[in-house]
Amino acid sequence: MSSLLIANARLLDPARDFDSIGHLGIRDGRIAYAGKAAPKEKFAETLDAKGLWLMPGIVDLAARFREPGQTTKATIASETRAAQAAGITAIVLPPDTSPVIDSPAVVDRIHGKAQAAGGLDIHVLGALTKGLAGEALAEMSALKQAGCIGVSNAAFGLRDSLMGRRALEYAQGLGLTVHVFPQNPALANGGCAHEGPVGTRLGLPPIPEAAEVSAIRFWITLVEDTGARVHFGRLSTARGAALVETAQKRGLPVTADVAAHQLFLIDEDVEGFNAMCHVIPPLRSADDRAALREAVRSGVIGAICSDHQPHEADAKINPFPLTEPGISALETLLPLTLRLVHEKLLTPLQAAERLALTPATVAGIAAGTLATGASADLTLIDPATRWTLQPAAMVSAGRNTPFAGQAFTGRAVRTVHRGRTVHAR
Amino acid sequence: MTANIQLDDNGRLKHLLTLEGLSKPLILRILDQAAAFADATQGRDKKLGHLRGRTVINLFFEASTRTRTTFELAAQRLSADVLNLQVAASSTSKGETLFDTLKTLEAMQADMFVIRHDASGAAHFFAQHAAPGVAILNAGDGRHAHPTQGLLDMYTIRQAKGDFSKLTVAIVGDIVHSRVARSDIHALRTLGAREIRVVAPPTLVPAGIEQMGAKVFHSLDAGLDGADVVILLRLQKERMLGAFLPSLGEFHRDFGLTRARIRQLKPDAIIMHPGPINRGVEIEGDVAYGERSLILQQVSHGIAVRMAVMAMILAPEDAGRAKATKRRAA
Repeated sequence: MSSLLIANARLLDPARDFDSIGHLGIRDGRIAYAGKAAPKEKFAETLDAKGLWLMPGIVDLAARFREPGQTTKATIASETRAAQAAGITAIVLPPDTSPVIDSPAVVDRIHGKAQAAGGLDIHVLGALTKGLAGEALAEMSALKQAGCIGVSNAAFGLRDSLMGRRALEYAQGLGLTVHVFPQNPALANGGCAHEGPVGTRLGLPPIPEAAEVSAIRFWITLVEDTGARVHFGRLSTARGAALVETAQKRGLPVTADVAAHQLFLIDEDVEGFNAMCHVIPPLRSADDRAALREAVRSGVIGAICSDHQPHEADAKINPFPLTEPGISALETLLPLTLRLVHEKLLTPLQAAERLALTPATVAGIAAGTLATGASADLTLIDPATRWTLQPAAMVSAGRNTPFAGQAFTGRAVRTVHRGRTVHAR
Repeated sequence: MTANIQLDDNGRLKHLLTLEGLSKPLILRILDQAAAFADATQGRDKKLGHLRGRTVINLFFEASTRTRTTFELAAQRLSADVLNLQVAASSTSKGETLFDTLKTLEAMQADMFVIRHDASGAAHFFAQHAAPGVAILNAGDGRHAHPTQGLLDMYTIRQAKGDFSKLTVAIVGDIVHSRVARSDIHALRTLGAREIRVVAPPTLVPAGIEQMGAKVFHSLDAGLDGADVVILLRLQKERMLGAFLPSLGEFHRDFGLTRARIRQLKPDAIIMHPGPINRGVEIEGDVAYGERSLILQQVSHGIAVRMAVMAMILAPEDAGRAKATKRRAA
């Protein structure tokens, strides 16, 4: 098999706290060498990556590929290409497809499609309850055997708190992390905007902070009882982040992520009924955003994800409350995170940690490292290139983005999956 | 601030979507125009020619009698051709999208759409997607805005009270779901009302309403103390029971305007209500049309105000002529 040396790149390997100009050699799909000095062994090809950053391939903890069930929006094939173009090498799909991922058959079907698309590790979360209905436990053991890396009830509620407790106990027995989207459906009450002055003025049905905070509190209480591992996905509130921080300080096995857009946009961006900013959880206050950023900086929120939700154009052509929530976000995950680096909130090494190492750890997958012998899943970044996001130029089938027309500095110029270059620009 | 897509480059009305962002001079100009139309339509012949040959489509996705009727009358008195379409919201969700509905009707060469829809932002949506030159007049979108109701309320207050700067205005009832309350608050603030109060139990007050310039009261007696204007809101009975209010009876006892409470009002205080009223809920039956009540005047003012807005949008060069020359319809 061929071999490649990426020379003179700034290597970012958070697992070893390594940030230095160096060289990385790939042989037979694995990392054969990584270090400051040039390797003694020979590689068939050499790529001079002077001025570029090389980090472990991005691991995105939450993306919808819309298949099975909503292939008018996107497909596993289309979004695989978008992920590759965005520097992503592994992805985690929530179970709220149609049909729901609550049986090995659905898992196999998705893995089959992923195989066919090729060049991206597609991991799936199994359903916590049958049909995500919250009434009965899903066959979590079978789902695990089929390859699910965790379980989740996505945005759906549970019949009662006893169901939550039993589900957590059962998942823990299998060593499965429970991925919780913390939003109490009763308190969210079908709302579409942050409860606050902007939403009130626009007359948009509100989602109070309490919808998130009470859900986090509830699950932390059950973690205290059971010791089960819980990952909170897509935080939106300062109070939610504070609860997670307290729980972590007490040694509880809880982790959290945030969608990149939540670190930039706030409720005021909804002004003018901008449906591109219709997201769930809603864009919240400037104070919430500041607290989320601080939690990302400190590592309380260890992972930044895309929360990718591609839509066909029609899904956003309606009055705001009637539009479908979500952003086509794969292609802005790295660029937005690089903004945090340019704004000095994160160091490049921390950015690599939030995008690769921690999400890989949360997902329990072998990724997120530049260690010798690891699978050569890599993202090569030009941190200085200036470009403008044009929806028509997006690779994803969904062009629904509030960042259209915005200028970015930095993007992925090459994506390597198992040693094979799957994207280069 | 909401991007003001309702004004053209010269600050003239292109659409009317919300009262937020309209200047005081513009609001006063609309009210003056309404007064001129009210004068001009006093006699037996109420027809004016401003919108002759123009087509106005009333597109109502929510049931309405009074608002639709007054829009229809307003358009007819200006000699427009009027088409009324009552569309069940469910039928659009099954078939044609709102966008397609708009485009289809535009193809009939409508000049103006008067739109009511239960989703906040619906009027903005139509304005964003309307062809150039097609005007959108918001007749109520969700909880967001009901600008012509806000204007007719201001017209009524101005006629009864004159100077806004001396006024304390209490808006009582279901604030959280009310587009009327929001439009009234924007207008009252712009016109310089001394104090704007919202009076309701906490379940019916939306978060952050103070930042729109309103003071919150949870007691009716305190909220009415010193008020010059009392605006009662309609309680949507069907959606109240359960978590908002324990019972309509309890609401009436605590927040209903009764004869006894009217006696405690300032002697010259006025009472308003956008209608339709719920007798025995927000207002005791026999005070609805009592001497302080301007509820019926509001209805007739509604026609003049809607004429004013329609004329200023579709015939800005003619609008000012209402008082002087009464142009006959063919």
